[in-house]
Amino acid sequence: MKRTGASPITATSKPGNAILRFEQVERRYGEVVAVGGVSCEVAAGSFVALVGASGSGKSTLLKMVNTLTSPTAGRVLFGGEDVTTLRQAQLRRRVGYVFQGIGLFPHFTVGENIAIGPRLAGEKLSPQRIFELLELVELDPDMAQRTPDALSGGQRQRVGVARALAGDPELLLMDEPFGALDPITRDALGEKVRELHTKLGLTTIMVTHDMAEALLLADRVLVMSEGALVADETSRALLAGAGGEVAQGLVAVPRQQAERLAHMEDTR
Amino acid sequence: MSEILHILLGLGDKFAAHIVLSASAIGLGMAVALPLAVWASRSPAVARIALGFASLVQTIPALALLALFFPILLSLRAVFGEDLPTLGFLPALLALALYALLPILRNAVTAMVNLDSEILEAADGVGMTGAQKLRLVQLPLAAPFIMAGIRTASVWTIGAATLATTIGQPSLGDPIFAGLQTQNWALVLAGCIASAGLALVVDALLGLVERGFASRRRWMWIAGLAAVALGVGGALFAQAGGEDEDAIVIASKQFSEQYILAQLIGTQLEAAGYSVEYRDGLGSAVVHSAVASSSIDISVDYTGTIWTNEMKRTDNPGRDAMYEAIVAWEQENTGVRVLGRLGFENAYAFAMREDRARELGVTSLTDLVAHGPQLTVGGDPEFFERPEWIAVRDAYGLRFGETRNFAPTFMYNALRSGEADVISAYTSDGRIAADRLVVLEDPKEALPSYDAMVMLSPRVAGDERLAAALEPLIGAISVEAMREANFAVDREGEGKLSPRDAARELAGKIGL
Repeated sequence: MKRTGASPITATSKPGNAILRFEQVERRYGEVVAVGGVSCEVAAGSFVALVGASGSGKSTLLKMVNTLTSPTAGRVLFGGEDVTTLRQAQLRRRVGYVFQGIGLFPHFTVGENIAIGPRLAGEKLSPQRIFELLELVELDPDMAQRTPDALSGGQRQRVGVARALAGDPELLLMDEPFGALDPITRDALGEKVRELHTKLGLTTIMVTHDMAEALLLADRVLVMSEGALVADETSRALLAGAGGEVAQGLVAVPRQQAERLAHMEDTR
Repeated sequence: MSEILHILLGLGDKFAAHIVLSASAIGLGMAVALPLAVWASRSPAVARIALGFASLVQTIPALALLALFFPILLSLRAVFGEDLPTLGFLPALLALALYALLPILRNAVTAMVNLDSEILEAADGVGMTGAQKLRLVQLPLAAPFIMAGIRTASVWTIGAATLATTIGQPSLGDPIFAGLQTQNWALVLAGCIASAGLALVVDALLGLVERGFASRRRWMWIAGLAAVALGVGGALFAQAGGEDEDAIVIASKQFSEQYILAQLIGTQLEAAGYSVEYRDGLGSAVVHSAVASSSIDISVDYTGTIWTNEMKRTDNPGRDAMYEAIVAWEQENTGVRVLGRLGFENAYAFAMREDRARELGVTSLTDLVAHGPQLTVGGDPEFFERPEWIAVRDAYGLRFGETRNFAPTFMYNALRSGEADVISAYTSDGRIAADRLVVLEDPKEALPSYDAMVMLSPRVAGDERLAAALEPLIGAISVEAMREANFAVDREGEGKLSPRDAARELAGKIGL
């Protein structure tokens, strides 16, 4: 399988292995600044969580990677190339995309949903490959013939992940992927995605408002507030108190919850 | 019941014409509405304008919309040449297609606009182009709703297509209009049953297609579409077989006398070896233009009608002078050949019930003036817009308390039941004698004469064999003979005849 290590590294990338680079990226909607002048790099093979409150601009930043939204200033480089200059359909094939709404096509079977990306590129996915992808997300291969309405929410999002992986993407973007799932399913699917990330050698960016999820799954956590990047730390560093006020405010929530639970157990 | 069944079995060609017309109109409506809906789903401005226009069209009564296409097409002849048809299939098709726009457009736009935004985002996310998104996602998901709109449009169109009769397009409206005018309820019912039945069957088949789309069962929508295609194909085939380019087309307006005379003329021509088609129930206003443009070949018109409506004259030179002037005017201006007068007049005249006239002491229009404000006058739907009425009104200074419009048949019923005190009757109407009505005198000769004339279109004007075949009718029909034939058709119960049978009796009476 072709992996991220093979992607070209050009002069605009930092020496090393940056696959994605944001350069002073800004997105305005009239007077409203959704994202204001964000610069950062994402190393190939890393699992990055993009955390922030609602309206902090994290989803908008993510959507500028696969051009669902375009920057009003600055640029996003993918493998050293400005994403707005790439053929849109090809770009989106190289970038798997999973989001909270799941967005399975209700008139397609599960198999057809998974195969849609390659189909758009004129390539027919073999039933064998669809089975493999279903097994990868721990679904029964027999589900390929079912329609999405016959699946549970968790099963649907597993199909959503399989669909995102069907085109052998270099980059996996996830926009609140587990937001609509119950906590148990959410935990299991998070673990599964982290496992696939490692197994397939993916570069993953996950948008979430749940700091606990970010800390548990990601190597690196970016914190956004009011359109700006306010913290860029490893999970370990954040837990050790780095990243500033906003980041620590977000870290405090799951920590205090854990402490309260521990306290309740102690005083039982 | 068996009578209705018998009529239904004879409606084959009208049925086929009705299906072909409706299917073409819906097809044209879809061809315009569906691309427009796709465009509208991307632009709220287009959606507003398109839906606004379609809603506006919907507020025009179907009958008026059909009639409006006649002058529109007539003026378009300047662009497309003289061969552009102004009556029959083309205007009916255009008017009905316009009518079908709204339900198709509204459903399609609503369906497209309300598609789940998360699914559309996913379509972008997996890398679909705009065209791929439309073909693979938007259209398949909107299909059941679009189909529901097409279903509604189909039922409307099949119903409204019965009105195409009035602009000379054969349809299931033919028996309905003919039956209404001649009080032949079996004909009316047969026409209604056939068109309602057709609408129900089409609704059921398209419903099958809709459910097939919704439940993604391929066999279901394919079966529904196949059945519809089969029906339309069959109707096309049946019509193609029945089409005769050389046939002489005989028109009739919407009253019994016209139906009878059309049959009388048709029988004479058939005996002379011509093949004949009838365009029954044309709107009175379009008949003259239709014969002048050779959309039809033969009509029976009245001197007073041509004098006032076509020549725009208001004077009254007397019966014979008027006729001579009309013959010359037609030859010079329209190329229509006036073959001759049939021998009777069907003039407008004011009539009252005998008891009511005696009670008020009224024998002439002059006597009526004093009582006018207390009386209700009834006229056919066009009468109070006609120059004849304006002439009478102004000559006598007539004013009525209330003015009501009735279909000619119901005018006499209204007089009988007292819903009208005076009506604008026709002098050749058999019901004047049968109902023992008093025809009021017109001492000022404000009402022009109405000699019935046979008019030939420019297409057949030079056909002397045809003229010879109709020669025996000229000057042969007395007003008494015409009244009798009219009453035989208009009466109810015992002795009621179809226009064809009445024409046969009339032919016997005048020695043909």
